[in-house]
Amino acid sequence: MSTFVEILKAIGLAVLVFTFLAIVGAMYGVYFERKISGWIQARIGPKHVGPWGLLQTIADTLKLLQKEHITPRSADAMIFNTAPIIVAVAGLLDWVVIPFGTAFGRVLVVRDINIGIVYFSAMASLTVIGILAAGWSSNNKYALLGGLRSASQMISYEIPLALALLWAAMLAGTLSTVGIIEAQRGGWFLFKVPPFGLIAALVFLTAATAEVNRMPFDLPEAESELVAGYFVEYTGMRFALFQLGEYAEMFAMAAVASILFLGGWLEPSMPQWVWALLGLGALALAAFIRFSALREVLLVRPILALAALAAVLCGLMVLGIGLGRTPVLPSMLWFFVKMFGLVFFLMWMRWTYPRLRLDQLLGLSWKVLLPVGLLNLLITGFLLTVAR
Amino acid sequence: MPKVLLDWLYVGVFAVVGIVLAGLPLAVVWLLAPRLPLPQKRLTYESGVIPFGQAWAQFNVRYYLFALVFVVFDVEVIYLYPWAIVFRQLGAFAFYEMVVFLLILLVGLAYAWRKGALEWV
Repeated sequence: MSTFVEILKAIGLAVLVFTFLAIVGAMYGVYFERKISGWIQARIGPKHVGPWGLLQTIADTLKLLQKEHITPRSADAMIFNTAPIIVAVAGLLDWVVIPFGTAFGRVLVVRDINIGIVYFSAMASLTVIGILAAGWSSNNKYALLGGLRSASQMISYEIPLALALLWAAMLAGTLSTVGIIEAQRGGWFLFKVPPFGLIAALVFLTAATAEVNRMPFDLPEAESELVAGYFVEYTGMRFALFQLGEYAEMFAMAAVASILFLGGWLEPSMPQWVWALLGLGALALAAFIRFSALREVLLVRPILALAALAAVLCGLMVLGIGLGRTPVLPSMLWFFVKMFGLVFFLMWMRWTYPRLRLDQLLGLSWKVLLPVGLLNLLITGFLLTVAR
Repeated sequence: MPKVLLDWLYVGVFAVVGIVLAGLPLAVVWLLAPRLPLPQKRLTYESGVIPFGQAWAQFNVRYYLFALVFVVFDVEVIYLYPWAIVFRQLGAFAFYEMVVFLLILLVGLAYAWRKGALEWV
């Protein structure tokens, strides 16, 4: 009987997480991507559907729902049809171990699996099967090249990614995501064993960017050379499922990066005057942009928006500490601030760095990140055992 | 039910629900979208020209080389996980053992590097 209840609970949670990913991850992920891309390129971005274009991706989804599914005659129909589902489900499965915060004395996580980060890296690499299946079964030259590039890239970057995960596991002494966050109560792993925490975080960020196929590592989908890469033959909703899987994966990577190195849902513990200083700085920046000639420049809009948000956040912190509340803000807010900050960073990088060549890409993984990651582990191990 | 089994029950349910929910929009499309599979429409896309031959042909062997090197290091990382959890309790001796293990693998990486398995030519 209790098993039955647990299954019902699991189904409910799965529907909840899937809806969250579809709405926040895919729909608003795409919206923010287009808006931020627009701002960075000095355009306005989507603005006509709904206020500030907020309903744009919903309109797009409705349009995609009405589009015909075309399966090319020479494609391997069965694999071709399963591939988008594999990618979307892999994106969903990542989220089983990601904790969102705490409420009423409980941790908001689907399951705190004891080997959480191993599970995460396994599920994150499941995507490559879907991508390879899509690329191969399309029987299209662009798709095949995209799929193969993606496979070689994802397996190459999986190892530095796992080494960075290991570094965090070493410090926390556990593989559970909740345990890793709890271990950071004294301070973020980013600043532990300086500078090796920073190195591990950089290795993780680089490998994660490559794992989710984003600029500057977006060779599999290189628009200007492979049209759309592995999903070039997909139409309508199947194309949307690839997008969903990809954005779910990107948000999951950002969430894990914030869990491993930025303390997940934990509130940064800084004295009141530091918050006040940060808040005043952000406010001054926002005011300077708003009331100078700079406000005409579309490029500074994301900076203005971010500075204003940061000012509000710091103001709330100062107020909360002044009133003697601990923790000041709900833990879920901190998790989302960190996650969206990293997602913004990924979107920003897209318009900052040019795409790498395939040999440079693989070289970076095998000749730079892998040795750096291994040495990082060894030196940290040495410092924590022998040299202690 | 023990907690470990319950964890994996959740993962299984998530996979099943994920497949159903990902299939749902496809079912909606089946109901809503037009179906008119003209022969021209079902042609493989190749920038507008009639596709030349098949895509299922030979491709660069380099992809396999990287896959082979990957297998070695992926298995190695799995061995590192248990050590990383308990290395503080095990102390210096376990650390030296891990150094030996990693050195053997680094020699392997150096060999692959020297032989040009990591070059894309």
